[in-house]
Amino acid sequence: MTVTNYLTEGFTLRSWLTTRDHKRIAILYAVAITAFFFLGGAAASLMRLELVTPQGDLVSAETYNKLFTIHGVIMVWFFLIPSIPSVLGNFLVPLMIGARDMAFPRLNLTSWYLFVLGGLFTVAALIAGGVDTGWTFYVPYSTAYSQTNVILVLVGVFIAGFSSILTGLNIIVTVHKLRAPGLTWFRLPLFIWASYATSLILLLATPVLAMTLALVALERFFHVGIFDPAFGGDPLLFQHLFWFYSHPAVYIMVLPAMGVASEIIPCFARRPVFGYRFMAYAILGIASIGFLVWGHHMFVSGQSMYAGMVFSMLSFLVAIPSAIKVFNWTATLYKGSIVFSAPMLYALGFVGLFMIGGMTGLFLAALALDVHLTDTYFVIAHFHYIMVGGSVMAYLGAIHFWWPKISGRMYPEMLGRIAAITVFFGFNLTFFPQYLLGWLGMPRRYHEYPPEFQLLNLFSSAGAAVLAIGYVLPLVYLTWSLLRGARAPANPWHATGLEWQTTSPPPQHNFEREPHVTQGPYAYDPVR
Amino acid sequence: MPTTPFDSTLERREADLLGMWAFLATEVVFFGPLFFGYVHGRLVQPQAFVEGSHHMHIVLGTLNTAILMTSSLTMALGVRAAQKGARVRIWLALTALFGLAFLGIKATEWVLELPDAASASGGEARFYFLYYAMTGLHAIHLTLGVALVAWLWLHAKRYSSAYHAPVEVMGLYWHFVDIVWVFLYPMFYLLERYNA
Repeated sequence: MTVTNYLTEGFTLRSWLTTRDHKRIAILYAVAITAFFFLGGAAASLMRLELVTPQGDLVSAETYNKLFTIHGVIMVWFFLIPSIPSVLGNFLVPLMIGARDMAFPRLNLTSWYLFVLGGLFTVAALIAGGVDTGWTFYVPYSTAYSQTNVILVLVGVFIAGFSSILTGLNIIVTVHKLRAPGLTWFRLPLFIWASYATSLILLLATPVLAMTLALVALERFFHVGIFDPAFGGDPLLFQHLFWFYSHPAVYIMVLPAMGVASEIIPCFARRPVFGYRFMAYAILGIASIGFLVWGHHMFVSGQSMYAGMVFSMLSFLVAIPSAIKVFNWTATLYKGSIVFSAPMLYALGFVGLFMIGGMTGLFLAALALDVHLTDTYFVIAHFHYIMVGGSVMAYLGAIHFWWPKISGRMYPEMLGRIAAITVFFGFNLTFFPQYLLGWLGMPRRYHEYPPEFQLLNLFSSAGAAVLAIGYVLPLVYLTWSLLRGARAPANPWHATGLEWQTTSPPPQHNFEREPHVTQGPYAYDPVR
Repeated sequence: MPTTPFDSTLERREADLLGMWAFLATEVVFFGPLFFGYVHGRLVQPQAFVEGSHHMHIVLGTLNTAILMTSSLTMALGVRAAQKGARVRIWLALTALFGLAFLGIKATEWVLELPDAASASGGEARFYFLYYAMTGLHAIHLTLGVALVAWLWLHAKRYSSAYHAPVEVMGLYWHFVDIVWVFLYPMFYLLERYNA
């Protein structure tokens, strides 16, 4: 075979580290975030192991603080934020819109190097002894009291933030300027809509976090600043600025996951997505309302009661576009010819878990109830249902769905299904008991707890072990399939979408001939 | 195979301009927390901020404002010249020189204010913290701007009436940096000047 593809354009390490091909950069991201995922996962495993018994007997309280901090920092900024946007966004956006590459290929590679540099700072902090502030870096603890390597981690997250911003910028310009002829906005796949909305958040929220963390670092270093009450500053100012980014950040994680589900479900139900325009508007709705709800993280912080009421109401509003999406995915299945392939199992799992996570979010958005639930395991369970049950499930579903396109090989289907079911089962066993624990009043961030909570904690830790197996499985069989998997045809799922029109894996510049688009997405026929 | 994602330099110019506008949107938000910190501080400790402001070197600050505004004019003339295919080098050189002059004066001010800043306490210390942080961040942006204008000057031969997007993109950035200063100047130098 003399046909070349993007993988055979060069085999040296140098050819990878200097590439400007969006597909190769996507692979670079995938390798980096997989490493971070297992690092953050190791921290979580130690925490779950500690919580098997009520006594704090495995690690000290200080070490436990460092474990949940590094788990949060790594999973949020070095896995979830770049997971779908940077890996699949990079790989798929140009392919899905019929472009040769991202608008700014060099900037794209720069983003990856910034990401790795930020990661190195964070790992350096870990090696130097860790950080104990929690991923939220609340002041004045982070500025005045913590004795750990706070500044190193702040610098790491600051740098990684610019990687996010530049990726977002690249995707926005690419979607605006490089769509193939005939590909109007309402012919775009929903994954593109989701990536676009996510990029807007990356662009407009991340800088606030970057500057806020820079100010924390300056304040810690110079002992003067705007957050510490000892200097006449205001810790609430920090919380407002922090959550102004960190709430929309949840949508950075979950909007792309919604985009993924909207690609997989129509394909394996052989039905056009139900209510396409509503789906697109719902994405934009979530992205915009998402900017206005950050105060619901501060209901018990002492902010104004009236602010609390407005934030509560706005948080309830987000449920409307989210519910539209869940209803529409479900309606897409109606009268479909459903195939329960591995990606479909992940996608359906995503819908269910996202729904539970979203509904419990409404509990937390209710002012009075939140007083009881704040800083308990209920909150932990809620956001893990969104971030792990939602985003990670969708990420894995996406990796399986586009694996033939990315690698040119088929993954073993049966193992894929087993892994998907293992992840779903393990996830629920890990996190559902945490809802109950939180409801009963177990606070987060403690390494010991009263003995009556042990049974539920035991379930949770057992679930974590199952979950770990579910995550290692794909790593093993996907690696195997790279070497031994069957060659993938251009379009193994008989899917619509421009990315399936080119060969698997695609050539360096994606398409032999520039595609012309004449119809909307998801032109599936129920009868195959 | 073409190596660029664009079909034409025209398409590329549009993408470059949109990219810069998007970047400037990010920049506005990036400065945001500092402005919030300022507003909060001034609401909580208004007298300390007025006091701090009266220690600023108003003559140097005003001179600097004039210099920077003039640099925006020369930058705009440079963009205009590039679009018409006329000579751009003179305008780029003037712009960079004005930028350097601003930075020189700014550095002088920083040194002059250092004793006051070091001995300040309470709200005034906060005022100086914000002053150094905000004018410092502005100066970093301007330094980068001067470097990029110098880079354009070095490659000025490439630009013609058909291809001049880099000069236009640079113009957008330069004006943004100037506009930031237009906000910083009254915030730090002009607080309650009328009863000073």
